[in-house]
Amino acid sequence: MPSDSSTTIAVDGQLVDLRNRNLAAFLAWLVPGLGHFYQKRYTKGGLFLVCILTAWILGLAIGGSRVVYASWQPGDKRWHYLMQAGAGAVAMPALIQGNRMRKATENGRTLPGYEPLWNGFMAPPLRPVIESEADEVAAWYAQKGAGYEMGTWYTVIAGLLNILVIYDAYGGPLAVPISGRKKEKVKDQNDETPETSN
Amino acid sequence: MLEISPGYLLNYLPLIISIAVVFGATRHEDPALILRHSWHTARWITGFMLVIFLILCILDWWA
Repeated sequence: MPSDSSTTIAVDGQLVDLRNRNLAAFLAWLVPGLGHFYQKRYTKGGLFLVCILTAWILGLAIGGSRVVYASWQPGDKRWHYLMQAGAGAVAMPALIQGNRMRKATENGRTLPGYEPLWNGFMAPPLRPVIESEADEVAAWYAQKGAGYEMGTWYTVIAGLLNILVIYDAYGGPLAVPISGRKKEKVKDQNDETPETSN
Repeated sequence: MLEISPGYLLNYLPLIISIAVVFGATRHEDPALILRHSWHTARWITGFMLVIFLILCILDWWA
């Protein structure tokens, strides 16, 4: 798509061509930083790729691959996944596993013949999952301890950070809020400006 | 409360670096400004956490 003035913005004294914004936003969601590479903003693309994927990988390393899974069953509404999915393609195996589990669930119980794919990578726990009971989620907590919780938060934060990155790919950098100190400076400048009479 | 493992606290480092750099880079294009904003964000969040930590320490000491 040829660039034109409607896709070019000026930030920090630099002209940035956002190219096809929708495509850039989609690519930024798919792989953190990819949208910026498409827009030829290589430094920022590299920063996003490294920062977000590092947080994601560390989360999986600390808490195990089961910190990311998709499930919306009574007793196991994994709302964390809504945020983890912000990190894009790296969270998609959980959807495949979740759908497989959904098909293998009857009356809230996992059918006996169910086998998760990829050695259980991002697979939901066997059902039923009941709060305060010795189910599979309790076993993961027992194995990883605080690491399971920490890994969950690492991946949640990675997904949330990528939402900022998607916005940056779509619309350019966010406005920097004027701090209280700067507000005072602006107020002083306005006070010094002589009033004009009509 | 203060018996927490220092190794556990190290989990904070990669998180604060990622958060600060992404915050900085989503507000600027110039690498120097990105670094400055990142440093400011990291200091601000760390300071905020330290204040909360101190409040919790005082509450723990009183209780």
